[in-house]
Amino acid sequence: MPAPKPAAALLAPFAAIGRVVVAMFAGVGRIAIFAGRTIGRAVVPPYYPGRFLEQLAHIGWFSLPVVGLTAIFTGAALAQQIYTAGSRFSATSTVPAVVVIGMVRELGPVLVGLMVAGRVSSAMAAEIGTMRVTEQLDALATLRTDSYRYLIAPRLLAAVVALPLMVLAANAIGIFGGWLLAVQKLHFNSASYLAVTRKYMSSDDFEMAMVKAGVFGFFIALMGCYHGYRTTGGAAGVGNATRNAVVGAFVLILASNFLITAMVFG
Amino acid sequence: MATIPKIQLSDVTKQFAGNLVLDGLTLDVERGESLAIIGQSGSGKSVTLKCILGLITPDRGSIRVDGEEVVGLRSAGFDRMRAKFGMLFQGSALFDSMPVWRNVTFGLTRGRQVSGSRMRAIAEENLERVGLDRRVLNLRPSELSGGMQKRVALARAIAPRPEIIFFDEPTTGLDPIRADVINDLIVSLVEDLGVTALTITHDMASARKIAHRVAMLYQGKIVWIGPRDRLYDSGNPYVDQFVQGRAEGPIQ
Repeated sequence: MPAPKPAAALLAPFAAIGRVVVAMFAGVGRIAIFAGRTIGRAVVPPYYPGRFLEQLAHIGWFSLPVVGLTAIFTGAALAQQIYTAGSRFSATSTVPAVVVIGMVRELGPVLVGLMVAGRVSSAMAAEIGTMRVTEQLDALATLRTDSYRYLIAPRLLAAVVALPLMVLAANAIGIFGGWLLAVQKLHFNSASYLAVTRKYMSSDDFEMAMVKAGVFGFFIALMGCYHGYRTTGGAAGVGNATRNAVVGAFVLILASNFLITAMVFG
Repeated sequence: MATIPKIQLSDVTKQFAGNLVLDGLTLDVERGESLAIIGQSGSGKSVTLKCILGLITPDRGSIRVDGEEVVGLRSAGFDRMRAKFGMLFQGSALFDSMPVWRNVTFGLTRGRQVSGSRMRAIAEENLERVGLDRRVLNLRPSELSGGMQKRVALARAIAPRPEIIFFDEPTTGLDPIRADVINDLIVSLVEDLGVTALTITHDMASARKIAHRVAMLYQGKIVWIGPRDRLYDSGNPYVDQFVQGRAEGPIQ
């Protein structure tokens, strides 16, 4: 067997890294084209308001129980943690302030984003992926219905609208969870707890939370729809699409959360 | 003056990742004709249909419908062209999230909210044509047997009254009796509605029953085309091996 050329052997690791980088950029490009095509088609009739409302219910209304439970336990746990840490240096009075700031700026949007991504991105990828492998997407085309307008655009729009509303609800429930624990277990005075909470509620923080929620909603639906739409290979392909959608949505939520926070506070 | 074929494929070529699926395919389907394409799995039969429908773009060649070039059409052009087509998919491809009546009328509503009572009446009329009654209107596709799903899919394909219907393996997965019911339906639709039909199938009994002519596709090319009565004495070694189901012969 001929020995490999020394130069080629030396360059092999760089070539492998290069292939990964090129594949990554190609993937980002495909996702950007998919998003651009959806937005381009969404602004041109026909519109599907019924599909939008249906998706709004699926994404928003039916996710509320899981989001509410997550928020109330997180708010309570946050209050307990701040109290335990604060008691070491007589700073327990910061509990209401840290709970409201923590929930509104970070935990509300991120936890809602992650919970909804787990529930909705996977469902979208599985549904659209199954439609792909059972030729239902081809059937839509032969029945003269644009799948971007009919399937993708209502999901994207509904997620962008639903997430801010859910984050608002999660913030309120999370703050309530903190108050409940502080008053019932840690024996805070309810009126003064609420007064501090109101004092540290900032409209700027709420605006940032809404922007984050809208961006997260867009990424959740984009990942679910994109991976579902590109599904190949039957049941295994649908499984791969579902997994990739959830992982992609999680990564994009956490990365965009950091970027938005860095832009506002950096 | 010679009449223009309803569908005309000339030198259509398509490859996927270096695998040549269609290799200069040339084929005419006349107006009002029922043509069946037979061939092995992977011989390019489904790709041929998808190229005509614009679901796949050929690498080279021309596809004309009523004399108008289809390859390279933009979305508005395709939309107009697709109004001429109906398609029965191999697995029926019914929308499992909606009831039968919405499936049947989807080609008319195109997913928009249209008066339910009018659409239900249209669905009922089309279901009746394929031998189903109003009891299935509100059922979901998952509640139907394979044969009933095929019939609902057929009703969906004919509801917009297309000029051309494609049948992709219409009898696959059905027992011989149900397969013959579907064959009879296809024959009656072609005769009653005067449509042009293009069927791809492995089922020789089906091809002989529903087609006026049969074409054999092998390695991306038409290797034989002739009347259905000549299918079993075509004199073509590829067709002979295929219709007799022999392992030995030119097809490997």
